[in-house]
Amino acid sequence: MSAIDTQPQTPVVVDNYLNHTKGVLSWALTLDHKRIGVMYTISVLLSFFLGGMFALLVRTELIAPGEGFLTQDQYNQAFSLHGAIMVFLVIIPSVPAALGNFIMPIMLGAKDVAFPRLNLFSYYLWVFGAIFFVVAMFTGSLDTGWTFYTPYSIDTDSAMSGVIPALTGAFILGFSSIFTGMNFIVTIHRLRPPGMTWFRMPLFLWAIYATALIQVLATPVLGITLLLLIMERAFGIGIFNPALGGDPVLYQHFFWFYSHPAVYIMILPGMGIISELIAVHSHKHICGYKFIAFSSVAIAIFGFLVWGHHMFVSGQSPLLNAIFSAITFSVSIPSAVKMFNWLATLYKGSISLNTPMLYALSFMFIFAIGGLTGLHLGTLATDVHLHDTYFVVAHFHYVMMGSALIAMIGGLHHWWPKITGKMYNENLGRLGCILVFVGFNTTFLPQFVLGSQGMPRRYHDYSNFLPEQVELYATYHMWSSIGSYIMAVGFFLTAGYLIHSLFAGRRAPANPWGGRSLEWQCASPPPYDNFAVTPSVGDCYDFSVLEWDEKEQGYRINEEARRKQAYPGEVADRSGAEKLDGD
Amino acid sequence: MAHDAEHHDHPDHLAHHFDTPKQQFEAGKLGMWLFIATEILLFGGLFVGYSVWRGNHPELFEYSSHFLDTTMGGINTAVLIASSLTMAAAVTVAQRNDPVKQDKRPILILLLVLTLCGAAGFMVIKYFEWTHKFAEGWYPGVKYYEKPSDKSHTWDSHAGVIGVEMTTIDTVDGAPTRGDLGLPDTVTVELPAAAPVAVAPDHFLADKLAAVYGNDDAAHAGDPHGADVTTHDAKHDEHEQTHPLQDPHRPRDAHIFFNIYYMMTGLHGIHVIIGGIVITWLLIKSFRGQFHRDYFTPVDLGGLYWHVVDLIWIFLFPLFYLIH
Ligand code: HEM
Ligand SMILES: [Cu+2]
Repeated sequence: MSAIDTQPQTPVVVDNYLNHTKGVLSWALTLDHKRIGVMYTISVLLSFFLGGMFALLVRTELIAPGEGFLTQDQYNQAFSLHGAIMVFLVIIPSVPAALGNFIMPIMLGAKDVAFPRLNLFSYYLWVFGAIFFVVAMFTGSLDTGWTFYTPYSIDTDSAMSGVIPALTGAFILGFSSIFTGMNFIVTIHRLRPPGMTWFRMPLFLWAIYATALIQVLATPVLGITLLLLIMERAFGIGIFNPALGGDPVLYQHFFWFYSHPAVYIMILPGMGIISELIAVHSHKHICGYKFIAFSSVAIAIFGFLVWGHHMFVSGQSPLLNAIFSAITFSVSIPSAVKMFNWLATLYKGSISLNTPMLYALSFMFIFAIGGLTGLHLGTLATDVHLHDTYFVVAHFHYVMMGSALIAMIGGLHHWWPKITGKMYNENLGRLGCILVFVGFNTTFLPQFVLGSQGMPRRYHDYSNFLPEQVELYATYHMWSSIGSYIMAVGFFLTAGYLIHSLFAGRRAPANPWGGRSLEWQCASPPPYDNFAVTPSVGDCYDFSVLEWDEKEQGYRINEEARRKQAYPGEVADRSGAEKLDGD
Repeated sequence: MAHDAEHHDHPDHLAHHFDTPKQQFEAGKLGMWLFIATEILLFGGLFVGYSVWRGNHPELFEYSSHFLDTTMGGINTAVLIASSLTMAAAVTVAQRNDPVKQDKRPILILLLVLTLCGAAGFMVIKYFEWTHKFAEGWYPGVKYYEKPSDKSHTWDSHAGVIGVEMTTIDTVDGAPTRGDLGLPDTVTVELPAAAPVAVAPDHFLADKLAAVYGNDDAAHAGDPHGADVTTHDAKHDEHEQTHPLQDPHRPRDAHIFFNIYYMMTGLHGIHVIIGGIVITWLLIKSFRGQFHRDYFTPVDLGGLYWHVVDLIWIFLFPLFYLIH
């Protein structure tokens, strides 16, 4: 019965999820979480390209003072579409739905997510929502910013403007996200194989779990908010429109009640990836496992209590402002807990400075700045000055793009061999990461200065300020735009070598980096049912049992060593299933 | 007892990625509870919106809720509660059905049919209630609220549209002429040139409504900048008690109560329809004898969903019908 004795280290499986069945329909109707994950990844990356193009438009417009090549209206549309696409189509689904779908069940040792049909349905909801965004793009005049604040969103332009399609799209994408979250929570609760207890789960799974909780508990509120806003715009139901006796600040409360937790939907899975990358690529046991695990849950909970920090100057009462400010400070504690644990993990580790590790280090550098500037904004006195300036823009790009997205790209590199079965060019990978890192900081560091010097966000032209201000703004804006071009080069390079690896890359071993979690115990790419043999669950951060296999060009588990450190009763049989599925 | 996935004793209803029927059942149950949590949060947002609105405009809720038909609402409440009962019974019956003898199948089908009748009955009553409200002129949305059901009414059918335009702040500059307002010739509206912008929208609406309805009280009560509204409306008197929209004591914006009402009962209605579809699907499967004591998950989960739909109505009913 015990599978271990007979288990080959790298089961040679010819049949894998990519070639298990053939044809377009076998992909379009697949229930396999791996294929759905791949479809999500491709879709998300395409949206990233689209959103990135809008970003380049915005940056090019701002490169010099004066009316550039975009009109005011076009400028408003460019940044609105950029923001809405990046938030709703890219960052929110990027880690949980795209990478998470692929990796999570394998890491857990399950055959699939709990509800494979619902999973496919989520994907098609995403596609459907994306179509509405494209409609919004072509009908034009989605010019409200990604926040859809009332009253702009109820009385700009004509009825045929892009606002209603965009709202509908975001509404649908919300449900896609809810269903993914539900699926993941149930999977982690109910499909853990025997031996996979909560505290043996890789930290990525804890992060995905905490994220799923937020997805399920916050997104419905966004859903109803958008629905009310659609009705307000279409019929004038008078709930948010001040002219009809409605309350626009109520809209802001509703919106941020979702959207602040949503920023943790973006960052938590990224943090989960970083926990994996740091541990695996410094070949050292993660430091403070439980602290990191619980800090994810703490962030998820605290994240629900701070939404008011977006409304310090919207006429919220001073008492409420003070309370929200205080809770905002407290939410940074669990984030800091993670940072220090990662640092401690790196300390005296044997660090491989390969692409995923470089991304992880970039994350730590950037998130430190992003998180700390959040505290400037959470402080009432400074926020009055900084609100709606480029300082806020810089802050949220440091956390959303520099942290969440960089973590996603790092994770993509980390799991690329597993997903595609191919190795990419390591040197180009490093170069791409460095370009992105340098480009990113060149783009956004100047924006902190711009903001603190009073440059407002969402301005299409800044030539009407005082002459000395214009001069200062022009310099920093120019650098910021140059940075964005450097970043673009980095991303195109990355796309190039990743695509190239699909055709010409070296075949990937099962375990190229020396990871210990379950996904590294199945072949690359994984077989249709994930595991040829039921894997054995060990301490997923104990790398001492791994040894380098010259022939495979990858790591394998040394059985002798593994048996010594095995958990009591750590034998791969399914008889514990009954006992375990209670919790 | 080892229930090994490798043994190919997977029953038909057990999906390949589950090890045991129990595991599958519990996954489904947890999933449904999470889904219910999202439903409650979805309606929770609406309830918060309701509370804020009612807090801001208590008089309006007080006034408008009189127009709802408590009897119809009461019957609907009873219908839904009864259907919840039959649904609960259906779950119990499905759990006792013998997979081979199918002894409880007829009762299961009967109970599900009764539940479905409850859902349909609820929607039919709701349909009559809504059409009745429409007939009275309580259209959803501010753009329609004044559309007269009878063209001969004194108010002008453009007035509603003006109401929307008038209230946007940028039109407040200076004093619009009567032509700008598009008001009927019989009405004279004079507005002070220096109306304070911040408060102007409210008073514009009050003035305009007062002008349209000939309700001077509403315009002058609590009017700090004394907009002078004079109405010479001869035709108005003929229609005094014919229509709720003409009620001189009607608070302004009364129609907005109905917007919230349509919004909440409408979303609830959509859930009832979805519930009906689910029950129909359960009914088809029951005809085929697919539910029995070893497999009743869909009935159980469908039942849970149905109870939640009922529960939401239990909150909606008093909040709209019983507030006077
Ligand atoms: C470390 C803890 C953090 C703190 C204390 C913090 C604090 C704040 C505050 C106070 C604001 C409001 C600024 C204003 O509008 O005046 C803000 C804005 C924002 N933050 Fe953070 N933040 C933190 C982390 C994050 C993370 C992790 C993300 C996303 C992944 C994020 C995304 C955003 C976004 C998108 C905005 C601006 C949204 C908009 O107005 O368009 N923040 N943050
Ligand atoms: Cu926030």
